[in-house]
Formats: sequence, C-alpha cells, structure tokens
Amino acid sequence: MSLLHLAIVSPLLLAIFIPFFYKYINRVHTGWFVLPLPILLFGYFLSFLPKTANQKTIMETLSWIPSLGINFTAKVDGLGLLFALLITGIGGLVVLYSIFYLAKDKEKLNTFYVYLLLFMGAMLGVVCSDNLIVLYAFWELTSFSSFLLIGYWYGRDKSRYGAQKSMLITVFGGLAMLGGIILLYIMTGTFSITEIISKSAGIFENPLFIPALLCILLGAFTKSAQFPFYIWLPDAMEAPTPVSAYLHSATMVKAGIYLVARFTPVFGESGLWFWLVGGVGLLTLIWGSVFAVKQTDLKGILAFSTVSQLGLIMSLLGVGAAALHFESLDDNIFTVAVTAAIFHLINHATFKGSLFMAAGIIDHETGTRDIRRLGGLMHIMPVTFTISIIGAFSMAGIPPFNGFLSKEMFFKAMVQVTKSDLFNLETVGILFPIIAWVASVFTFVYSMVLVFRTFTGKYQPEKLEQKPHEAPIGMLISPIILVALVIVFGLFPNLLSQSLISPAMSAILGSGEGFDVHISFWHGFNTELFMTIGVVALGFLLFKTTRKWTKLYGSLPEKLTLNRFYDQLVERAQTGAGKLTNTYMTGAIRSYLVYIFAFFIVILSVTLIWKNAFTVDTINRSPIGIYEIVLVLFIVVGSISILFAKSRMTSIILLGSVGYTVSLFYVLFRAPDLALTQLVIETISVALFLVCFYHLPKLRKHETRMRFRLTNAMISIGVGAIVAAIALSAHSSKQFQSISQYYVENTYEKAAGKNMVNVILVDFRGFDTLFEITVLAIASLGIYGLIKLRSNRGEKSEGK
Amino acid sequence: MLDIVIRIALLCCSLAMLGLIYRVIKGPSTADRVIALDAIGVNLVAITALFSMIRKSSTFLEVILLIGILAFIGTVAFAKYLERGEIIENERNR
Repeated sequence: MSLLHLAIVSPLLLAIFIPFFYKYINRVHTGWFVLPLPILLFGYFLSFLPKTANQKTIMETLSWIPSLGINFTAKVDGLGLLFALLITGIGGLVVLYSIFYLAKDKEKLNTFYVYLLLFMGAMLGVVCSDNLIVLYAFWELTSFSSFLLIGYWYGRDKSRYGAQKSMLITVFGGLAMLGGIILLYIMTGTFSITEIISKSAGIFENPLFIPALLCILLGAFTKSAQFPFYIWLPDAMEAPTPVSAYLHSATMVKAGIYLVARFTPVFGESGLWFWLVGGVGLLTLIWGSVFAVKQTDLKGILAFSTVSQLGLIMSLLGVGAAALHFESLDDNIFTVAVTAAIFHLINHATFKGSLFMAAGIIDHETGTRDIRRLGGLMHIMPVTFTISIIGAFSMAGIPPFNGFLSKEMFFKAMVQVTKSDLFNLETVGILFPIIAWVASVFTFVYSMVLVFRTFTGKYQPEKLEQKPHEAPIGMLISPIILVALVIVFGLFPNLLSQSLISPAMSAILGSGEGFDVHISFWHGFNTELFMTIGVVALGFLLFKTTRKWTKLYGSLPEKLTLNRFYDQLVERAQTGAGKLTNTYMTGAIRSYLVYIFAFFIVILSVTLIWKNAFTVDTINRSPIGIYEIVLVLFIVVGSISILFAKSRMTSIILLGSVGYTVSLFYVLFRAPDLALTQLVIETISVALFLVCFYHLPKLRKHETRMRFRLTNAMISIGVGAIVAAIALSAHSSKQFQSISQYYVENTYEKAAGKNMVNVILVDFRGFDTLFEITVLAIASLGIYGLIKLRSNRGEKSEGK
Repeated sequence: MLDIVIRIALLCCSLAMLGLIYRVIKGPSTADRVIALDAIGVNLVAITALFSMIRKSSTFLEVILLIGILAFIGTVAFAKYLERGEIIENERNR
C-alpha cells in the first residue's frame, strides 16, 4: 500500500472516526476535524504537478483479486491530477463553507460529514483508478453517497423524491457502464485502462465495439446529466447547498466528463463517438440554457446552468475526439476543442462553486431562494453581490473573467468544425456554431437574471421570512477564494496552460508528448469576438424584455416534459408490474399447477419432437400374460371410477382398491417385500383419508361429482400421454447393461444375506435408508407438532 | 393337470373380484362397499395363494397372512367408523 493509495482511501478512513468526534467532542463543530484532510490532500496532489507536467505518469499497484485481473492500480496522469485537485481543492472550500452553513446544534453533522467524506474518497478513487472494475466500484460509491447527501433532510418528501430519482438514473447508467467495461474486457482481455488504450488499435472491427461504446456513454451521460438524463440534477437541489456546490456542480457531475475524456483514446476515432458525444453535448447545452431562464428558484437556475455547461464541455470533448483522425496531433485544428474543454472544466468548477455558495448565503440570510421574492439586496449584502456578479459574468462569458476565454475557445472550436471534411461535416456542420451561439445567448440571459433579479430592483422586506443581512465572514471565505481564482485564471490563463491543461490534453488524446498550449487574451478582430459581441448585444436585449417572452414557456404542454415522462415511467412500471403479477399470481394452487404441468408438457414434448427422440422398440419387450391384462383392467376401471365417483367416501374406497391391486402387481412381478409394505401402507393411508373425510366441515361437505373443466382434462391427458411416451422411448432405447448382476452374485458372498432387497436396503445402499428413516421421523414429529401446537394456541385464545 | 385347475380357479377369483368391484363402485350404502372390500381382501388371499403355486415359490405366504390381518383390521375400523363416527375414540373428550 503506497502513500498514493492511502491518500485515495484516507477520506473513507476518516469517515469511520467522524461519529466519535461528533459524539465525544461536541463543543467544536465537527467540520473542523474534516477540514485538514482535503487541504492536506490538495497539497499532496500539488506535489505531483512537476511530474505530470513532464508527461510522467505515476502508477502504484495494490493486489486485490489478481487471479481475475482486478487490482487497485492507482494512476496519476494529467487528467487524473486535474480532477484530483478539483475534488480536494473545492472539497476543502466546501467543508469550510459547510462549517458556517450548517448549524452545530440543529443538524446531524456526523452523518453529513461521513457521507461527504465517503463521496470525496469515492470520487478520488474514480479519477485515480486505472483498473476499470475498481473505477466502477468507486463510481457506484459516488452514486450511493450522492443519494445519501441529497436525502440528507430525509424528513422532506422532495428530498426523498430527488434522492430516489438520482439514484435510479445514475445507477441505471452505472450498470450500463459495467456492461461496457465487461465488453471492453472481452475485446482486449484486460481491465487496465492503460493496457486497453495500448491494445485499442484494431478494436473498430470488433462487433462488440459499438455496444461497448454505447454502454460506456450511457454511464457517462447519466452521471453527467446529459440529455435526456439531466432530469435528476434539478431535483438533486433539495440537498444542502454545500452538497449542491460540491457534488452537483464541481465534482460528481464531471465524473461522466472524466469518463468520456478517459475513453477518448479508445473510442475517439469512431464517427459514432463524435456524433453522440458532440451532438448530445450540444443538445444538452441548448436545452439546459433555454430552460434555465424559466426557473424561478436560484438553485434551479444554477442546476439547469450546470446541465448546460456540462453539455458544452461534453460537446467540446466530442469535437476534440476528431483530432485523433489525423496523423499528427500538432497543428491540428481540433485540439483546440480539447484545450477549451479542460479549461472550461476548471473555470466552471470555480464560478459555479462560488455561485452555488452565494445562492446558499442568500437562502441562509433571507430564508428564500425564490427570485420573485428577492430583490434589492445589493446594499444589504455587498460582498455576496460582488461574488455573484463576478461568477455570473464569468458564466455568461464576459471579459475579463475566465469564462470569456473558454467561451472564445469554444466558439473557435465550433467554427472550425464547419471547415473540416470529416463525417459529412460540410453539410450539417454549420449547425454546430449556430446552436453554440444561441445557447450562449440564453446563458447570458439567465446569468443576468440570476444577478440582477436578486440584487437590484425593488427591496421587498415583507416577502422575506427574516431580516436579511450580510453573511458571516466564515461563510464568505470559500466563495471569495473561488471568485479570486475566477479573476486570476481570467487574467493569467497561462498559469494553467503548461501545468495542468497540457498534461491533461496528452492524457485525453493519448499522445506521449506535451502540447504547446497558449491561451492569449486577445486574438484580434476575428469571428469569435464578433460572436461574443453578438451574444452580449442580443442577450442584453432579451434580458430587458424577459417579461414579454417568458410567457412562451407556459405554452409547452406539461405532458410533454421529460420529468412527466419519468414520473409516468416509474408509476407505469410499478402499476404494470403489479398488474402483471396479479394476473398470474392468482393465489389459487390450481393455477400454479396448471402452469407447472403446462410447462412440463410443452418442454418435454418439444424436446421429444425436436430431438426426434420418440421411438418404440419391441425387442426388449417381455411377453404379456392374461394376469397382467386382468390386473391392468382392475386398476384402469378403479382409477377411472374415482374420477366419476359421486361421494368422497366412494373415492377413498376406490383408491384403496387400486392400492391393493397394485400390491397384487407386486405379487405378480415377484416382489414380496414390496407387496407386504404396499398392503400395510395402503391400509394406513386409507384409514387416514377416512379421518380427514370425517373432519370435513359440515356446510362445505358437498357430496357432488367433480366439476368438469376442459383445461384440467387437456392437461391431465397431456401429462399422461407425455409420460407414457417418455416411458416407452426410454424403455426402447436401453443403452447399458443393468448393474444388478453384481448384487445377485454378491448378496450372500459379501453381505451374508439371502434376501437381496433387504441387503440392498441396509447394506449396499444403507445411506438412503437412513435418511428415509429421517423423513419418517420428521413427518411424525411434524404431525405431532401441528396437532399439539394448534391445540395449545386454542387454549391460550380461550384463556383470553 | 394341477396347472389347469389353478388357472380355472384364478379365473373364478377374478370374476368374483370384478363382481365385488362392481359392488364397491355401485353399492347403494357404505356398508355394502365395506363388505365388498372385505370380500376383496379374502379374494386377494386366494389369488396370492394360487399365484405362489404358479410361481412355485413360498415367499408370498407372508403376504397372505398380512392380507388376512389387514382385511380384518380394515373391516373392523370401517365398521367402527360407520357406527361411532370415529375410529380411535378420544378419551379426554375435550
């Protein structure tokens, strides 16, 4: 176990001790005990920076199940490190924020920090695992801990609904991903991502390639809230705000992005990958941005904006994968898309984290997150206002913040898509920049709504639950740090370019060398700049006229929304399964017997016909004498008369006579021991039947003939026919000699007995006898218990 | 000679059995059926004895004895059931 492994699982280890801290050191907010860990981890991961900047990869292996090729291989390369820094860095800030956000005496802090640490460890495991099975295990742990965190206030209906929804959707995707992992294993014979990438040369011809691609993408799309699986994310906003800031903007929802980036070297050359990742990303981008404008809840806006921005990153990754089609990665127009994706990933984590925290502060200080009740808070909460405006401007892509730079690069990548001749892009490629531009306009509008509806306008104290005031300084530290990063990355983007972006790019594009990334602030007057100017102009116009055109949203029928579809799906699945089960689980033994026997007939007859197994061969036949015929007649007459007997008494007597005739058969076929036993047993069972008959309730004692049912008749005739056919065929195709000769020779020689049946029962195969004795013992004890215990209970109830 | 006699005897017994089974099925009252059943038991004794003569074997003598005992017990049990409504009386009479 190396230090790296320890670092990955350290949050999980600390989680074990959190309840003790909470219980025994209750004067201090439990969060203070958690805070040092992410800071330490952040420092630790920072120490990898020089190594990855030189294109080195750190690999540490810990054996887990080596015989199955499953080992905990921790791998840190540019991409993994970028994510690890995001997770630990924002994790530290979120823990600090949560210390001031969650009250010590009102909330169950122990569960909160246990879940949060569980999530942090799981997320580190996802991004630092080289083994796919380990990655999957951590992946599910993130789904699970996210479920716990969304349902943190489990007393609320909406929390439980949101938690369940996110669980269902992400676990659905997770399982699909597991399928994809297994398909990849079948194709390449390894679970290691590094080895899969090195073996992926001829993978396109494999028939399993497309299923594997679809399964992996399903996992990534559900986790990263892509269309149409984004619906869980807005409902996950019922979680405490630190959780929303951490999980649902900065880390967990980027796990799908990570997965897509990680598998780009494997699948990237396929056209399907380009269209799915790029197309779904763009669709999510515009869908999320359009619906964000409709929201009235601060966190709702932020949730849809997260969806939209994730779509942006996803589409950039899809476009960037096209770079793999060229021989050389240098001077490649598509690599800029990858640069933009990584850069925007970092930017999004910074500004979205700060915006969520600002929304949490507003909620905390005013008691509402509804923008229709907020307004005019600029003078009351100046610091929060500053934070929000920087975050929102960065999100809208306004200079000089970092969002501007990544948006410029996004436009550049999208414009360049149209100039290539790959995948028929010359015809529909023009849609890429158009969708991107329209989505950016909407992004601008909701960013402005977010800030100006909250902080400017009329102050409405009568609508607020408490008197608002500026948040305590502790709550403001984390968002201040994040917006400081927004500005720093905006002004000095090249701080990131060689240290973080370039190594991550070489990991995504699977190249051994670094990229010369240079993000310049000013490109001159080019298409992208004019597009940005257009965004600002049209966005400003739309923002000013919001009240006029937002009514359009009401015209969308409620039935056609995806949430409605999801609810219907869950409900229909439940009622449908219930109805289906009720149709066949009737509770009547008769129907179950019908199923069992019908299957019996169908399966056996199909097998007989299919294998052409029905044969009748008379070679082994013994001569049939008159006695056998007479006895068979007795049995047949007796059995048939049972069916038509009017009273049950007659049935019992007829059954007895059939049993006695069977014992005659034993006499005829020279089996004296069987005949003896059969006689005794038949007598006893007839007596038992009589006992049962006597105790039948008087009212229900209908002395009528059995009712005729066609299904019953058909099934009973079918069973009889099939069993007869099988018996005939089995007898006609005897393949081996019987082993009875051995018993004949050795009954006296070896076992000192002359009665061969008895010697077999107690000597050659005495074990069977032992357990049949046991069966009898159990049966008699059971009968005794049934009778005795029931009468005891009867006494008790009488006593009451 | 003996062989033919045995066969004739068996045939007679079988015919008797058929008649008895007819009575078991038809028998207007339960008592008729029980008596027919008892007679079937006696017939079985005869058939088994004739059979062991055909097979020239003495292994079925126990079967004959057992049928005799069982037919007796069964008939007694039936009789008691018909008269008292139960076979083994419950002394405690709860």
